Amino acid sequence: MFRNQYDTDVTTWSPAGRLFQMEYAMEAVKQGSAAIGLRSATHIVLATVNKATSELSSHQKKIFKVDDHIGVAIAGLTADGRVLSRYLRNECINHSFVYESPLPISRLVIQLADKAQVCTQRSWKRPYGVGLLVAGLDETGAHLYYNCPSGSYFEYHSIAIGSRSQAAKTYLERRFEGFEKYSREELIKDGLFAIKETLQGEKLTSAICTVAIVGVGEPFHVIDPQTIERVIESLDIGDEDAPPPAAAASAADEPSASQEPGAAPMDI
Amino acid sequence: MALRGDWVYENNGGTCVAIAGADYTVVAADTRLSAGYNICTRDFSKICTLCGLLPLADNCVLASSGFQGDMKALQNNLSARHHIYYIFVQIYQHQHNKKMSCRAMAQHLSNILYYKRFFPYYTFNILGGLDNEGKGCVYTYDAVGSYERVGYSCQGTGGTLIMPVLDNQLKSPSPLLLAARDAGTPLSESEAVDLVKDVFASATERDIYTGDKLETIIVNAAGIRQEFIDLRKD
Repeated sequence: MFRNQYDTDVTTWSPAGRLFQMEYAMEAVKQGSAAIGLRSATHIVLATVNKATSELSSHQKKIFKVDDHIGVAIAGLTADGRVLSRYLRNECINHSFVYESPLPISRLVIQLADKAQVCTQRSWKRPYGVGLLVAGLDETGAHLYYNCPSGSYFEYHSIAIGSRSQAAKTYLERRFEGFEKYSREELIKDGLFAIKETLQGEKLTSAICTVAIVGVGEPFHVIDPQTIERVIESLDIGDEDAPPPAAAASAADEPSASQEPGAAPMDI
Repeated sequence: MALRGDWVYENNGGTCVAIAGADYTVVAADTRLSAGYNICTRDFSKICTLCGLLPLADNCVLASSGFQGDMKALQNNLSARHHIYYIFVQIYQHQHNKKMSCRAMAQHLSNILYYKRFFPYYTFNILGGLDNEGKGCVYTYDAVGSYERVGYSCQGTGGTLIMPVLDNQLKSPSPLLLAARDAGTPLSESEAVDLVKDVFASATERDIYTGDKLETIIVNAAGIRQEFIDLRKD
């Protein structure tokens, strides 16, 4: 009832103790196309649904490499996402330059969250309208974080954000307890399954999704569409609900997906 | 540096050589680090690749001699800027794993050096790698970024001892026949490596700052390879 009176700028509280502008920014994230992330003990997979404004145009880029050991997937205002990716990349490079070691992901997400918080406390700024799934590897293992426009961040086993993400979330909630021990192939398969849930009827092809992975011995990279197409075909052979347990396509996945063997910063 | 009263540099000695061939480049440097008449270490690498033996750019390698502090700072600077380029290109041009070409890195290094024109990096650099056509290329620099593509080069304390020998073996008869920058030696890879070993052995005899071990990096289509050979330790 009072929403319209207290939502003019981000520096105005409502009587109920809410900042409506911040909540509207979170809405922008929900409007973006889906992005999901899931992790095992050694790998993290990020997958996004590609949305193109028309058949003639290319799709929005939603997955960004930040450093060899960190990547992000975004949902919401892609311009804000691009700008924040550039900031993340700069922080990683500066840390590497000064300390000659990779920036631990836990520090990076705090810096990102602090940057987002600034925009919720200045009257001449607006909150960033993008949610970021930050996937990274450091000395303490594999981590997946979600940074939201409000400036808060959480660590997740797996998460889905964006439109129609609830279906994917339900799927992940059912299965996440097994993820810890998954191989990278099983993780990719479950990621594609989760993406499939958000499509709700539309056919899953490698053209409609982008999948990226980072893990021990494997720097962050986007997996090429041919490999994804092969994995999708192997999924269709199996059951709708339960993906096949063994990774029959794993031998085919390995050579094409891993582009820089021996380049892993985690091996040092 | 022009305003300071004191001399802030030190020459830590050493020699670097590079030779460009038809489809390979050999970059070599000794591993001795000196200070005055003392040896600081016999095991110091003057050649920079990125992350172990991955090349600095698409396939090029930097060898520097001079002041070790500036050498390290320059290598870090170059790596960070290469990283920026590398990831920038990924974000904005949707290209996968595109590293800087050798030619771009050469110009870039020149810019970085000239940026400090009035407080220079006390380093004498040679950049070696493969050009876009897969032919060997060597770029040689002075301390403030003046550079030129050549068929072979040497820098450092042993440079004046080695250069005449390389000229004798590798120089084309006349620049009217073949310009310096198009000159790649017709020698085979193993012959070029042998030549490098020979010139270093000779330089080690007379130059007190050169010796201990020779680190040789060979860049070719298959990637890069590293070899170590012992030199005289006195």
